[in-house]
Amino acid sequence: MTPNLHLWIIPLLPLAGAAINGLLGKRFSRRTVAAVALGFCGTAFLMALWIAAQFSSLSLPYSETLATWIRSGRFSVDFAFYLDQLSLVMLLVVTGVGFLIHIYSVGYMWEEGGYYRFFSYLNLFMFFMLTLVLASNYLLMFIGWEGVGLASYLLIGFFFLRDSAAAAGKKAFIVNRIGDFGFLIALFLIIQHFNSLDFQRVFAAVQPYAPEATGAGFLTAIALLLMVGACGKSAQIPLYVWLPDAMEGPTPVSALIHAATMVTAGVYMVARSHMIFERAPSALTVVAIIGTLTAFFAATIGIAQTDIKKVLAYSTISQLGYMFLACGVAAFSAGIFHLMTHAFFKGLLFLAAGSVIHAVGGEQDMRRMGGLRKKIPWTFGTMTIATIAIAGIPPFAGFFSKDEILWRAYEANWIYWLVGLVTAFITSFYMFRLWFMTFFGEYPGHGEASHGDDVAEWRAGAPAPHTSASHGHGHSGIHESPKVMLVPLVILAALSFVGGWVGIHHGFDNFLAPVFESSAVAATTFQGGAATQARQEAPGLETTLMVVSVAAGVLGFLLAFLLYNRKPELPARIAASAHGLYSAVANKYWIDELYAWIFVKPLIAISGVVFWRGIDQGVIDATLDGSADTAREVSDNLRHMQSGNLRSYAGWVAIGATAVIAYMVWVGLRTP
Amino acid sequence: MLSLSYYLVLSAILFACGVTGFLIKRNIITIFMSIELMLNGVNLSFVAFAAKWHALSGQVFVFFVMVVAAAEAAVGLAIIIAVFRTRQTLNIDQVNLLKL
Repeated sequence: MTPNLHLWIIPLLPLAGAAINGLLGKRFSRRTVAAVALGFCGTAFLMALWIAAQFSSLSLPYSETLATWIRSGRFSVDFAFYLDQLSLVMLLVVTGVGFLIHIYSVGYMWEEGGYYRFFSYLNLFMFFMLTLVLASNYLLMFIGWEGVGLASYLLIGFFFLRDSAAAAGKKAFIVNRIGDFGFLIALFLIIQHFNSLDFQRVFAAVQPYAPEATGAGFLTAIALLLMVGACGKSAQIPLYVWLPDAMEGPTPVSALIHAATMVTAGVYMVARSHMIFERAPSALTVVAIIGTLTAFFAATIGIAQTDIKKVLAYSTISQLGYMFLACGVAAFSAGIFHLMTHAFFKGLLFLAAGSVIHAVGGEQDMRRMGGLRKKIPWTFGTMTIATIAIAGIPPFAGFFSKDEILWRAYEANWIYWLVGLVTAFITSFYMFRLWFMTFFGEYPGHGEASHGDDVAEWRAGAPAPHTSASHGHGHSGIHESPKVMLVPLVILAALSFVGGWVGIHHGFDNFLAPVFESSAVAATTFQGGAATQARQEAPGLETTLMVVSVAAGVLGFLLAFLLYNRKPELPARIAASAHGLYSAVANKYWIDELYAWIFVKPLIAISGVVFWRGIDQGVIDATLDGSADTAREVSDNLRHMQSGNLRSYAGWVAIGATAVIAYMVWVGLRTP
Repeated sequence: MLSLSYYLVLSAILFACGVTGFLIKRNIITIFMSIELMLNGVNLSFVAFAAKWHALSGQVFVFFVMVVAAAEAAVGLAIIIAVFRTRQTLNIDQVNLLKL
């Protein structure tokens, strides 16, 4: 007998926090706002821990129905929550990392306006994200899915006075709409074929189907449309363009929403729908190809970016590509494993980057940084751990998950593995490039002179002077961030260090096995003998692949060391000698411009001429105005008949009667 | 026996005279008489058809019309007297208190 877990309380806690801060926060002091936000979010985290603690005694999957939502004939959707190993991992990641980032934000946002608004949005995001991961059916998941999009929009455009931030928010929202369109159609198809949206019922109905080997069936269609949705939310080719722009938001938001949690929703959704994907091998191939391409292209773009957050943004896209690659080769647990470790180290990277930005007074351009390692040692230390973790060097977290993915990719197709390996090398290179540019060399800005007093003043707790309205970190000296920001950094650094160890001896794999138990079957079914063969040679091969991928990571480090530490003049020379390639990469392959030319400009042109001037003004307005004008003119003329003169009325009656009689006579004469 | 159309033409003439009088006369009493003329024009066509088709309902209907006309005459004349007493005129254009 499973006790009632009251899962519904978990998402509701942050919602309560969002409501309290959103409705009353304007009158609260910053301290109260922070206390409310942290209190509700922290309680949700504690509750997640409580569930995790008694997890082994539960009979899974566990589900609870709160209320009926839609009932139409035999089709019904409930407000119901669902817990299995997969949801639990997501639950812990979301509440845990989310809580840490809440703590960090208390310090980071302290000097910004709209403090209560920020935390209200942040809690709102937590509510929707938790709804998404705990939902028991696709529709409730979709609510969470849309909700996190809304929260993301609100938070990207948090500094809404800045044009670029408002535009970035809109871009994120609109690009996500394209993905949501695919997701919705997939839901309609699921309803059409299975008459239910409940995970358990849909998957039970899908179970008997054989994999669609020729790849033209409706399961393939559903899977591909779900993937369109995932592409939008998780920033994959071709819908990734919104994520780099989303860096307009405050850095904690980038860490929480655009690195650790929301953007992984697509991976979660694909993993959750593994039953469908496994039976649609061609859709899986598409997922793997999209993932591989995204991983590679985003990584190459990351090489030439100079904005510290943009590098991390492209890195996030690239890492998400890895997760989709894992899903695409039916290694769902490896994808989720990477999702988890990525949440730790990428969250940490963003928070540390935020700490750097905070330290240098709102500067985000890495070319104006350098030599910061002695001035902000805690940030430097934690960032180093995160960088090593993402570069895939053992025993840090990223190594285990990335290696797992690469190994499983090799089993499926060595091309995936090769591209993944090259990407791992590039990842290591651009991350260490960031690391060297930020923390080593000389600080090019104002030096020690103006530094000392400021720190002393700041340590005494005096309010630091504002210079920039939008990004208020206007301190003139470089200083370490306050403790409230450093504690989350240290905790995440610890997690980035040990987080991968759960994957040793396939521990994580085995933990998730009940959820994905059929995935192994499907993997052998559709890849035929190759996978089985690979698995037989596995022990030796796995070690070889591991060594190669570590070597790629180390090579990336060495190259970055050479180019950005030993010979800092070399990168410019290389860029100059390979000018075309460099400018292609630095300009992100002109994808934004391409989209602008192909989609945005024609759409604006068509909207301006056809939809606005033509249809809206020409047809709709003209019809309405025209009928109103006609009615007015006709009544204006008819008004004169209402003279009030009784005799004229009688005259009209007489004329009318005469006309009727004349007509009848005429008809009578015509019919003999 | 005269053909039906004679009666009907006479009936139409009577009715038309009534309508004309109703429309162009100012004196209430004249208008009143014009109404009677119209009613009787209609009565004539009723009895003519009734005789033609040997249907009693036409005759009966005429009695109804006469009864109503008599009642109307009684009430109407009373109203006219009352109007004359208060307004000292029978010109219908001046009996327009209800008009804005």
